[in-house]
Amino acid sequence: MSVERVCVIGAGAIGSLCAVHLARRVDVSILVRREEHAADLNSHGLAVSGKSNFTSEVSATTDPGELPDFDLGIVATKATQMDDAIAPLHGRFPSAVFMTIQNGIGAEELMASYGDWPLISSVTFMSGIRHGDHHIEYELDTATWLGPYHPGAATLETAEEVGELFVGSGLKAEVLADVRPAQWSKLIFNHAVNSVAAVTDLPHVALYARKERRSDLGWLVEGLIDEGKATATAAGVKLFEDPWEMNVEAVTTGQTATEDYAHVPSMLGDIRAGRRTEIEFISGALVHEADRLGVDVPLSRAMYQLVRARDRSYDD
Amino acid sequence: MRIGVIGCGAVGSLFAAHTAQLDDVEVWVYDVSAEHVAAINEHGLRLTGVAEIHSRPTATTDPKALPSLDFGIVATKGMFTRSAIEAVADAFADGAVCSVQNGVGNEEVIAEYVPRVIRGTTFPAGRVTAPGVVQFDTAGATWIGPFEPKPASMEEVEQLAALLTLGGMETIPLRDARGAQWTKLIFNAASNALCSLTQMPHGRAASNEQVRWVMDRVIEEGKEVAAALGVEMEKDPAVLLEESIPVALDHKPSMLQDVLARKPTEIDQLNGGICAFGDETGVATPMNRSAWYLVKGLEASWKLEEA
Repeated sequence: MSVERVCVIGAGAIGSLCAVHLARRVDVSILVRREEHAADLNSHGLAVSGKSNFTSEVSATTDPGELPDFDLGIVATKATQMDDAIAPLHGRFPSAVFMTIQNGIGAEELMASYGDWPLISSVTFMSGIRHGDHHIEYELDTATWLGPYHPGAATLETAEEVGELFVGSGLKAEVLADVRPAQWSKLIFNHAVNSVAAVTDLPHVALYARKERRSDLGWLVEGLIDEGKATATAAGVKLFEDPWEMNVEAVTTGQTATEDYAHVPSMLGDIRAGRRTEIEFISGALVHEADRLGVDVPLSRAMYQLVRARDRSYDD
Repeated sequence: MRIGVIGCGAVGSLFAAHTAQLDDVEVWVYDVSAEHVAAINEHGLRLTGVAEIHSRPTATTDPKALPSLDFGIVATKGMFTRSAIEAVADAFADGAVCSVQNGVGNEEVIAEYVPRVIRGTTFPAGRVTAPGVVQFDTAGATWIGPFEPKPASMEEVEQLAALLTLGGMETIPLRDARGAQWTKLIFNAASNALCSLTQMPHGRAASNEQVRWVMDRVIEEGKEVAAALGVEMEKDPAVLLEESIPVALDHKPSMLQDVLARKPTEIDQLNGGICAFGDETGVATPMNRSAWYLVKGLEASWKLEEA
């Protein structure tokens, strides 16, 4: 196949970063939820600042029926909104390949329940900050790892083509034959860091890796990561990177080394804004997987439940 | 007879105001708040709410102003125990000092500075509403007993209990007051920490299935540590928790009040205390430890915002 038309579904931070970059090389359409968002993108284009600086023309719509045909669909909604976004695509775009880029695990299975498109799994470490609907700041230009989803039908060659498109448009990407080890590394990292942030209101800072005093938070983060690793082992996944090392590196190198930077993990951002968190797809998915495999994860379960208690969207 | 109340916040004020009503007892109050001390000396100490009391203890911010005292009642927050008792220790060179603070570990600190120590647990609660004025919210009993490593005599314990009871604060003398202390400790560790982390009031948190699961584990671990120490519980904290839901449905435990006001919490003396005794007795306390880390993390988030 040849990727010449891309559709980005969901234009939050990650979706916007994909769209603005890829639009330099191919035609990009964007599916969003809000009319104003679509109108704003159609009249102003999409601007990126920070690690990249340019503006791209894109075509946006809120109506799935209006989407032009595409070769690659990038599903970049929050995990919590994926179901609503994908349902209208059921039975359409039979020649497209879809790539999921959500946090956590389970997005590919959800895609597979709506169609038999070839699927590409991915896990991204880039981050962005939205400044309104048509301006995205490219914050961390870390790589996106992608590869064919097994047992889907996307080939490694297709994944390589998508990887080249990413790199050619100014993003960082690495193509892997099996993304699960990377996905699980990020899942465990996200589970530990996001759940602790969502409960303590503390951004991801050096304290997350500190184990000097007996009451230092690093001990809990390590405990959560150890439970995650035990679950990965039971699932037969050999991790791509040690999530503890990822945690240490995130708070000791680059921009995150100073507390001024104080990265606010997405789940804490959601709690602060009163939005539904991705807890089910991150800590929830991990705890359920551990239950299925018979791995005891008491600390992870406690964090999962405390975030749910803090997530006001569960109130009714 | 001379009594000194060390730390005159809400709980200290309850003890000071009640005992200062007694004719043959001279009550001294030591507190670091100059405003509160000046108000007490000028207008007396006033309790409103459960009991209306107006009495006149002598207050000071200067530890050297304290005369030699027969009994001490330490009611500071746990993180100020050491600095407070260190400052006033001379006044108790021949006195017995009783802690009525939250959590565990305070008596151990007090024993480093004075010869005879009394272990205490108190249920009455209130809040300072203005300098010299305290709202008395909840009545309840106080349990006291000799602190074994450096004990006051049982006679002294009984004398203090009789005096407090006569002043209007029902106090029960016990040979072993650990059961009462650990009952309240474990109950508080579950309620205070989890209400603080979820920002839910007591009864709402305890009746939320998600939160209760964590509370139940905090309680189970606490009971295991108490059992390893040979402490016989006064009452099962799990039962106490269940019974407290309707009466304290929207009550904000003191730690949640501290968290909302962004003041340092007593987590070290509560869940941290359970962990410390767990380490000593070889009992694993992962859930108390997690609550301890998380509240410490929460406190750290305020410093970050100030920076």
